[in-house]
Amino acid sequence: MSATFDTAVGIRRLPGQVGEVIDRCSPLTFTWNTRSYQAFKGDTIVSALLASNVTVFSRSFKYHRPRGVLTASFLDPGCTFQVGDEPNVRGAHRRVEPGMVIRAQNGWPSLRYDVKSVNQLVGRFLGPGFYYKTFMRPERLWPVYEQVLKRFASGGKVSVDSDRGYYDKRYAHPDVLVAGGGPAGIAAALSAAERGAEVLLVEEEYELGGHLRWGGQASRSALAELRAAVAGHPGIEVLTNSVVTGRYDDNWVAVMQRRDPELPGGGFGPAGSPVRERLVKARAGVLVVAPGLVERPYVFEGNDRPGVLLSTAARRLINLWAVKPGERAVVFTANADGDEAVSDLERVGVEVAEVVDARRGGDVVRATGGRNGALSAVVLGDGTKIDCDVLVTAVGWTAPTSLLNMAGDKPVYEPRAARFLPGGGLPDTVLVAGGIAGDGSLGELVAHARVVGATAAARAAGVADPAAASHSPALRLDEHPALFRGRTHGMVDFSEDVSSKDLVAAAREGYDSIELMKRYTTATMGPSQGKLETVNAVAVLSEVTGRTIEETGTTVWRPPYAPISLGALGGRILEPVRRSPMQPWHEAHGARSLVAGQWVRPDHYGDPESEVLTVRERVGIIDVTPLGKLDLRGPDVPDLLNLLYVNKWSKLAIGGVRYGVMCAEDGVVLDDGVTGRLGEEHYVMSTTSSGAATVWEWVEGWLQTEHPDWRVHVTPVSTAFASVNIAGPRSRDLLARVCSDVDLAGDAFPYMHVRSGTVADVPGCWMWRIGFTGELSYEVHVPASYGLHVWEALLIEGEDLGVCAFGVEAQRIMRLEKGHLIVGQDTDGLTKAFGAGLDWLVKLDKVDFAGKPELVWQEREEYPRLVGLQPEDPAIVPPESSLLVEGNRIVGRVTSSRHSPTLRRSICLGFLDSELAFAGTGVTVLLPDARRIRARVTQHLAHFDPEGVHLRG
Amino acid sequence: MIRIPCPFCGLRNCDEFVNKGESKRRPAVGAASREEWRAYLYDRVNPEGWVRERWYHRAGCRRYIKVERHTFTNEIRRSEPAGT
Ligand SMILES: [Zn+2]
Repeated sequence: MSATFDTAVGIRRLPGQVGEVIDRCSPLTFTWNTRSYQAFKGDTIVSALLASNVTVFSRSFKYHRPRGVLTASFLDPGCTFQVGDEPNVRGAHRRVEPGMVIRAQNGWPSLRYDVKSVNQLVGRFLGPGFYYKTFMRPERLWPVYEQVLKRFASGGKVSVDSDRGYYDKRYAHPDVLVAGGGPAGIAAALSAAERGAEVLLVEEEYELGGHLRWGGQASRSALAELRAAVAGHPGIEVLTNSVVTGRYDDNWVAVMQRRDPELPGGGFGPAGSPVRERLVKARAGVLVVAPGLVERPYVFEGNDRPGVLLSTAARRLINLWAVKPGERAVVFTANADGDEAVSDLERVGVEVAEVVDARRGGDVVRATGGRNGALSAVVLGDGTKIDCDVLVTAVGWTAPTSLLNMAGDKPVYEPRAARFLPGGGLPDTVLVAGGIAGDGSLGELVAHARVVGATAAARAAGVADPAAASHSPALRLDEHPALFRGRTHGMVDFSEDVSSKDLVAAAREGYDSIELMKRYTTATMGPSQGKLETVNAVAVLSEVTGRTIEETGTTVWRPPYAPISLGALGGRILEPVRRSPMQPWHEAHGARSLVAGQWVRPDHYGDPESEVLTVRERVGIIDVTPLGKLDLRGPDVPDLLNLLYVNKWSKLAIGGVRYGVMCAEDGVVLDDGVTGRLGEEHYVMSTTSSGAATVWEWVEGWLQTEHPDWRVHVTPVSTAFASVNIAGPRSRDLLARVCSDVDLAGDAFPYMHVRSGTVADVPGCWMWRIGFTGELSYEVHVPASYGLHVWEALLIEGEDLGVCAFGVEAQRIMRLEKGHLIVGQDTDGLTKAFGAGLDWLVKLDKVDFAGKPELVWQEREEYPRLVGLQPEDPAIVPPESSLLVEGNRIVGRVTSSRHSPTLRRSICLGFLDSELAFAGTGVTVLLPDARRIRARVTQHLAHFDPEGVHLRG
Repeated sequence: MIRIPCPFCGLRNCDEFVNKGESKRRPAVGAASREEWRAYLYDRVNPEGWVRERWYHRAGCRRYIKVERHTFTNEIRRSEPAGT
């Protein structure tokens, strides 16, 4: 052993215990607050530290009192650590690993700092409702409050450089999902599996067994049998270090599976799996809730001192990790588990100075502290003071009814058992087993759970319910003492630092319903989320109000049951990205990509302005594959088009193409595009790239719900075709070199027409003569698998014409030069058709079309209009969304702006109040840097070639 | 997460569907007053109880369906193709 260790094997480490989970042949070292410590494989962070006599792990949230171990389980409120760059690690659960770097969280100013001076420092924050009272006024101090709160809050630190990690998702469809792998959960799982059910058994700890793990010889042999049976049953899948975090409608159950380094692949399958956590989305036929019971702390003065711990904590420390909780103990017991703790302590050589039996009227009144605030003595009900460094309490149990709440049940308080029990409001598909259902010997609980498991299997399979026939043996309810608070006030919520005194004060201030009290004091709202403290809070409130616990009721439990990391919720990104068949070419030729909706597209190939000039002067080609394309067939297509578009479609000839705009029923512009008629009953509708899915759904909606009688068949063919737009004065020459079966002459194939033919030897292509860029252009749709071939053929054939590839940015510049709006860019969720400058298109004399009534009303009213704008200073390009103002009044905004290489000046589209929306009006543009510049409303939306000479060329 | 019985595909997770809201009758265009039209656009009963609504099986058969669902219990007692 190296001399740098504080201790060799830990001065509190006991000799070998029969049920211990540590591997004494595998020592390891780790760092705690810069010092090196030793542990054994199987130790938790806390058991390792305790073995080395480290007993204070954090300072409490509000009062900054020292905190030690309380539950020695996941729930332990004082044992939350920063491990490496991972904050909020549950140190009494997480196993220590070689080389782990562990730091105290919430140790400000420091773990060893004198508690009294800290108390003075935070004096102003004491008392219930302290957030509301302290941090409200004056408002100007909010930034200061934020700094103070940040230092007090118990969160750890997250570095932006942290490894993002790999978080996975999984879908599961078990017949039966058992939440809780104690004896009852195991028995239910076995019984269900024996009846043929596929079972998912979920256990929060690293091993199955629940309390049998830290019990005596009988418990251990019962557990060995149960574990062997589970291992031998192929129908049971066990997830350990996993927790059911929520139950949702129809038994949709969320399971958070955490990594266990001891399992192959961390528990995630193949060795070397990088998965840290996995969110299992399970649809369970039947959910069996078997979480066991949570031991309840006792409320009295000093109950949060390091050294005061629950009987389960003492027994876990001794039996699982061979850690001696202290040297001299007082045990306050009200049940058999407390008595077991006495024998465990005595067996391992802890001097039990006093057993205070609550069943015979014994009580503890006060825990007093010595050095470092840790326990030094206990004052009993009769005033006796006993020196000790350990106080074990065993006052009773809380049923974790969270999942029952989530399943729609309202648990009811049973005074005889001093705990909440299922309220009879569970659906047939949710069953309970184990301590949450009632009391019994191990044999009785297992027998009951077996019936529950059989019932679950039967219900999941939809067959007759055996339990209904045999009348499932209900568990009995033993008498448990109602011990919540003693004669003194103490801590109720250990994680939020809320004492019973605070709760009494809150109730006297009028916050005397449990839900109000919870929000006002934040009791039960901390990291342990009420699992330890809810019932004590309810008990204190009922004490003050004179109501019973049943009358007081409890708070509603909501998901998640256990903390979930954001990484696990984010998980694996399952969103597909679409690439056109030509995308590899773009990337190989220097394209800068952008993501538009689901598509990755070339933004430009280095110099978008020169791409524009090439198109304007010669010819360019752009990949427009993402355009939406719907193939429409049937005799009633014209009726459909008339209904969906604001303009008329009845007289479109075969080979003709029309531009159309769709509005939603509120008159707001939804999408635009061209539709062409390819045959007698065959049309192709194009949509914007981003609107493709919406429009398909919209079209289907009208056909399926309003007009199921119409004979129209819709096929989305967006990705069946690759699309290339050939634009520029030489585009006809270029297309002619690759297409010989279509007459491209201007009068044979005029503007706004469509033809089908062969392109670069690929038959079945569609050619559209349309022009978003304002130039003579042809949009060629070719079967997708030939997209790259046609693209490359055009570049080779057009080399001597000076052809270039151009990207989305050049296209956007050219469409802005031409004054063509982009839906969603130059329109928003309030832009109705007239406001978008589409007066020329809207045909209000049609009997009906989607959104017509709103447009009828809009036409008669004032509304902002889309206009072309040119800044007086041609060098200034006002950023998009710059405001148009008159004095201090906002009169509009810029929707699109670019430098136009064609016109060598800045150009814009924008919305302007109607009284100003006339050609020649001067407006003021307020730039983001607060400069005001002047701009002029142009004659047309088009800045370039408003007459369309180029288009029709 | 509830499951919805699609008349074409059977019982499926609701995240395959899009809720299109309460079924509304489209007023006769031309005859409708502004109030009637805007009630069609925006007014919803939103009861605690049975509601007739339209769902679209987007990640399934792409059919619009009519569903009667209880908004408190999420029970679904009827599911049929739209336009019937
Ligand atoms: Zn379907």
